[in-house]
Amino acid sequence: MTTEAPAPIIDVQGVSKSYRRGELVVPVLHDITFTIAPGEFLSLMGPSGSGKSTLLNLVAGIDHVDGGRIIVEGVDITRLTETELARWRANSVGFIFQFYNLIPVLTALENVELPLHLSGLSRRARREHALTALDLVGLSHRLDHFPGQLSGGEQQRVAIARAVVTDPTVLVADEPTGDLDRVSAGEVLDMMARLNRELGKTIVMVTHDPRAAARAHLKRHLDKGVLSADDPSENPD
Amino acid sequence: MILLRILIRNAFRNRLRTGLTILGITIAILAFGLLRTVVSAWYAGVAASSATRLVTRNAVSLIFPLPLAYKDKIRQVDGVSHVSWGNWFGGIYISEKNFFANFCVDPRSYLALYPEYILSDRDRKAFLSDRKGFIAGRKLADRFGWKPGDTVTLKGVIFPGNWDFVLRGVYRGRDRTIDETQFLFQWDYLNETVRQRYPSRADQVGFYMIGVASPERAADVAGSIDRLFKNSLAETLTETEKAFQLGFIAMTEAIVMAIQLVSIVIIVIIMAVVANTMAMTTRERIGDYAILKTLGFGGRQIALLIFGEALVITGIGAAIGMALTYPAARAFGSTLSNFFPVFNVARETLWLDLGAALVVAVAAAVIPTQRAIGIRIADGLRRIG
Ligand SMILES: Nc1ncnc2c1ncn2[C@@H]1O[C@H](COP(=O)(O)OP(=O)(O)OP(=O)(O)O)[C@@H](O)[C@H]1O
Ligand SMILES: [Mg+2]
Repeated sequence: MTTEAPAPIIDVQGVSKSYRRGELVVPVLHDITFTIAPGEFLSLMGPSGSGKSTLLNLVAGIDHVDGGRIIVEGVDITRLTETELARWRANSVGFIFQFYNLIPVLTALENVELPLHLSGLSRRARREHALTALDLVGLSHRLDHFPGQLSGGEQQRVAIARAVVTDPTVLVADEPTGDLDRVSAGEVLDMMARLNRELGKTIVMVTHDPRAAARAHLKRHLDKGVLSADDPSENPD
Repeated sequence: MILLRILIRNAFRNRLRTGLTILGITIAILAFGLLRTVVSAWYAGVAASSATRLVTRNAVSLIFPLPLAYKDKIRQVDGVSHVSWGNWFGGIYISEKNFFANFCVDPRSYLALYPEYILSDRDRKAFLSDRKGFIAGRKLADRFGWKPGDTVTLKGVIFPGNWDFVLRGVYRGRDRTIDETQFLFQWDYLNETVRQRYPSRADQVGFYMIGVASPERAADVAGSIDRLFKNSLAETLTETEKAFQLGFIAMTEAIVMAIQLVSIVIIVIIMAVVANTMAMTTRERIGDYAILKTLGFGGRQIALLIFGEALVITGIGAAIGMALTYPAARAFGSTLSNFFPVFNVARETLWLDLGAALVVAVAAAVIPTQRAIGIRIADGLRRIG
């Protein structure tokens, strides 16, 4: 057997991004290049304001690059129109955020079903998928609870169910444990590790928490717009 | 549809704010509906006027009379089917605040010309056979509790003295647009009394009411009548009943305009209130909209959520307001029946209510929608937490 590396699922080439604040142009990312192999679990660390969320948003197709290319599963997402990009996100990416970002007026079940309303699935199929996803995160007993009636950990698990219900290849998570206590954080991380291991999801996770980062296979560090392989001995963080 | 569920629950997420906004819309729609009803009540006489009737009066002014002798000449004009005549009496019942329209007519020809006043055969006979008899509209008789056979005394102003009349019948309007507050008595009674007291004022008619065979001929007939009396001592002015009624209210036109203006101002104010509510709610929901966009929902769906929420809130307010317009108009109409003999909520007013509510909802949702759609997802998400 040859040891040829598999084609990357995410291929970021020379990406740069800056924000404009009035007259001032604030460069955030400069010429970032890296790849992620299918089935990888990568954590992205770095000081606050270094551009981690910005990079994650670019990879997930919710923000636009100033320069460079991002190719995900063979699709150059920097060339898609807004509508195509929205459809691409709906099919290919699952999102997990620090503050769960559930729709407060929908129950757990309805929240998980939400992305499926864009899929053309039947009502019954939507429900079955959503129930399966909620079962996966161990919340079958909380279907009719509204987000406000759930603990933070439970809300994040609903968010994970929502992220995987469309069966995307890539999951992006921006500080998924940032707002959780240690026990809940541990549960959420276990769940993500399982999704990676058992379902083969490629995961990109931004985190400040070294314990969370330790669960990933690969660690990267972003500082002053430069991405480097993380060396834990140098960055006890 | 999940979006429908979201927008309805969103609408009631902040109960107090939604409740107050709905209350505002209810009051605005109610006020709007009542003001529109006042305007149409103002024109009720015009609306109920017939296209086949003309009114002939002295060309100089309504206060100058015409000779009774004109009636036979008018009858001979080609196209004329009926001729009736009458005088404004302007009597006062006990005190001036009991105002109602009272005049005398030639009863037989008048009732033939005005089939919208419905009188039972018995009442009709009783009225025609009693020289001092009068008939009253149902609302007027109810207002003063008059029963057939009662004697009612009016104090004459144009024709001084106390005049006694006996109620011989109560008429009903053919439909809701007909004035049921009139007091009608026999022209002959007035004329005979006047002949005794003021002989020079006898055989004088305030106005002629003329029926024409068909509405197309009305203009021709009016012209023929006026030509007939050209250069005579009392020249005539003949116009359609509608024009005659409009002439009456022309002097109050400024008030009607003011009422109309106020009704529009009310809608503009409520528009600002609802726009403010929508601006607040969508600002709160920017994060929700960002999540929906992240998940792949598009601008059209966000627009549906915001417009839908605005429509739900204004729709509820408008529905309550419209429902309340009926009892409010009834209460209003009965206290003001002296001024507005006919005070009905027109179907057209309800359509205007609906139109106004729709305009309010759409206007209130436009800018928040633009803002919600225009914001970048990353910025929207940043607002959460
Ligand atoms: N919409 C924006 N407009 C202007 N500046 C922005 C915008 N979004 C981000 N920035 C700036 O870009 C830089 C990177 O922001 P980003 O959110 O990517 O940092 P981060 O690494 O995720 O930080 P944290 O760890 O605090 O979440 C920051 O200086 C931030 O102020
Ligand atoms: Mg961040």
